[in-house]
Amino acid sequence: MIERIWAWLIASSSWVGPDGIGARLGEHVLFSVVVVAAAIVVGVPLGLWIGHLGRGRWLIAAANAARAVPTLGLLFALALWVGPHIPGRWAFVVPSLVALLLLAIPPVLAGTYAGVEAIDPAVRDAARAMGMSPLRVIRQVELPNAMPLVLSGVRSAMLQVVATATIAAYVGLGGLGRFLVDGLASGNYPMTAGGAILVAALALVIDAVLALAQRLLVPAGLREGGRERIASGRHTGNPATAGDPTVSPAR
Amino acid sequence: MIRFDGVSKVYPGGAVAVDNLGLTIPTGQITVLVGPSGCGKTTSLRMINRMVKPTSGTITVDGQDIARIRASKLRRGMGYVLQDAGLFPHRTVLDNIGTVPRLLGWKRARIQERARELLERVGLEDDLADRYPNQLSGGQRQRVGVARALAADPPVLLMDEPFSAVDPVVRDQLQSDLLALQADLSKTIVLVTHDIDEALRLGDQVAVLRRGGHLAQVGSPAELLAHPADDFVADFLGRDRGYRSLAFAGMPRLTLHAERTVTLGEPLPAGGPPWVLVLDAGRPQGWVRTEEVHRPGRRVLVDDLERGGNVARLDSTPREVLDAALSSPAGRGVIIDDQGEFVGTVVASELLALLELERGQR
Ligand SMILES: Nc1ncnc2c1ncn2[C@@H]1O[C@H](COP(=O)(O)OP(=O)(O)OP(=O)(O)O)[C@@H](O)[C@H]1O
Ligand SMILES: [Mg+2]
Repeated sequence: MIERIWAWLIASSSWVGPDGIGARLGEHVLFSVVVVAAAIVVGVPLGLWIGHLGRGRWLIAAANAARAVPTLGLLFALALWVGPHIPGRWAFVVPSLVALLLLAIPPVLAGTYAGVEAIDPAVRDAARAMGMSPLRVIRQVELPNAMPLVLSGVRSAMLQVVATATIAAYVGLGGLGRFLVDGLASGNYPMTAGGAILVAALALVIDAVLALAQRLLVPAGLREGGRERIASGRHTGNPATAGDPTVSPAR
Repeated sequence: MIRFDGVSKVYPGGAVAVDNLGLTIPTGQITVLVGPSGCGKTTSLRMINRMVKPTSGTITVDGQDIARIRASKLRRGMGYVLQDAGLFPHRTVLDNIGTVPRLLGWKRARIQERARELLERVGLEDDLADRYPNQLSGGQRQRVGVARALAADPPVLLMDEPFSAVDPVVRDQLQSDLLALQADLSKTIVLVTHDIDEALRLGDQVAVLRRGGHLAQVGSPAELLAHPADDFVADFLGRDRGYRSLAFAGMPRLTLHAERTVTLGEPLPAGGPPWVLVLDAGRPQGWVRTEEVHRPGRRVLVDDLERGGNVARLDSTPREVLDAALSSPAGRGVIIDDQGEFVGTVVASELLALLELERGQR
């Protein structure tokens, strides 16, 4: 059995052509990236703004509540309801992308908001008191400090979208989900299992890439363990503070 | 000069934080706002840089109504130091210090140079420059906070309980460093604290507030200690008000006594008084008890010293001199000169007699 799945996965015939793994993988990645990018464009500024003002929190609550709506139901509803009004191939793609977008926004929005919310009030207060305009406070202080949680939100959105895009193949979105749909329909078990394996592998790879991005984008002063790493690596014999008994981890 | 004129602040919900405050804050001096928790100190301070908007009344800086100055412009001209520094966690020490210069559009090189200069100014090692705030001790963070506030050389410095989050030893150091800095810079400093000792030590002028945002009394530390306006102020100044006021009294002309001394590492000669002062290169090290140390041929060692006596300087206040006398194991206070060398000792009873005498003459 495993050999047959393996055989399907490595056969060059499974990879080439408009229905091949290569094309489907490309579609899957493209849809996912486009959807998550759109979710970032909507969710991050909105989350920053709500966090900054401390007003409009109901939106966060609403977005979180909306996560309880079953995506599958939403997907089919949109496909049946909106699909017929859109011509051609897009009739299938647009409802799926919209459903995926609705799925992706809440984690990004909530992550961003939580990131801003978690900032020490004294830090923002200092930023304002130094004479930063609201936009500067957001850009130069709140966004960088919220970055770890923003990126966690993006990662979880991405995982959900990659997984759910698989289901969207049922309503006509391409991507790796086709192998599951077509494999089941034609009783081609190696194709079904191979598709599932590909989705899982893709999710892992994308998450690894995002983890790397997280390392690069999170300012060094906010990284976990940064203190230990740097503090033990260097020792300062500062006479002014050598007898300073307050040398201890940050509160 | 900063002037509060009939300034009140009522927060939404009806809390009267500041009630009809009138206060003049002289240029180039330290004015301390002190009072119990919740009496409106922070609110008063934050109205100066418009972080809080007064409900009524006006605040002027050098005659100009601050309500007419753009908030960001006003704030860039006033350094602000918060209780727990409020440093930006995502920026290095150097970048934190350079915050306001960057807002003012200075060139990169100039910002860097200025930030390094300030780092040294506030007594921090150069190699802290690239650290992040979470890699600093509380005392170091507070110093960086002060450096950040001074970066663009603002004439006014607002400090909200800047030293209350550090332990007493570090606080003492930070306070004396602030006084040294102020001796050079002559900023107009408004400092908030609930610690009366800190207020009396740092303030050229001290404003005592009482709950509900009323100004109870304003004056120099010596004035407050000598003539508290009412029971509230007297209570707030504390029980040992009389003793504290010695820190601000004039120093009477004292007769210094000679003392039998011995150099560290030398043997103690026979037949001395019960206590002998040990010097090292002229500087007092501590006292030794003759009967414990004196043996033929035995040298005085560091371990023999009775420490714990405070020393006072020739220009110290009566409080410090009295403290030196009272804390000395020999009962005589050690006085040193500017070089730290021993010049003589004083006896508490003589100092008190002189203080009594001065008092009688006034
Ligand atoms: N944003 C606010 N909204 C409502 N009430 C406030 C607000 N800030 C302060 N207050 C109230 O105003 C009064 C004065 O507060 P303020 O912070 O100025 O006191 P404080 O003297 O600085 O006290 P502390 O020593 O505890 O810092 C308090 O009763 C406080 O509860
Ligand atoms: Mg306060």
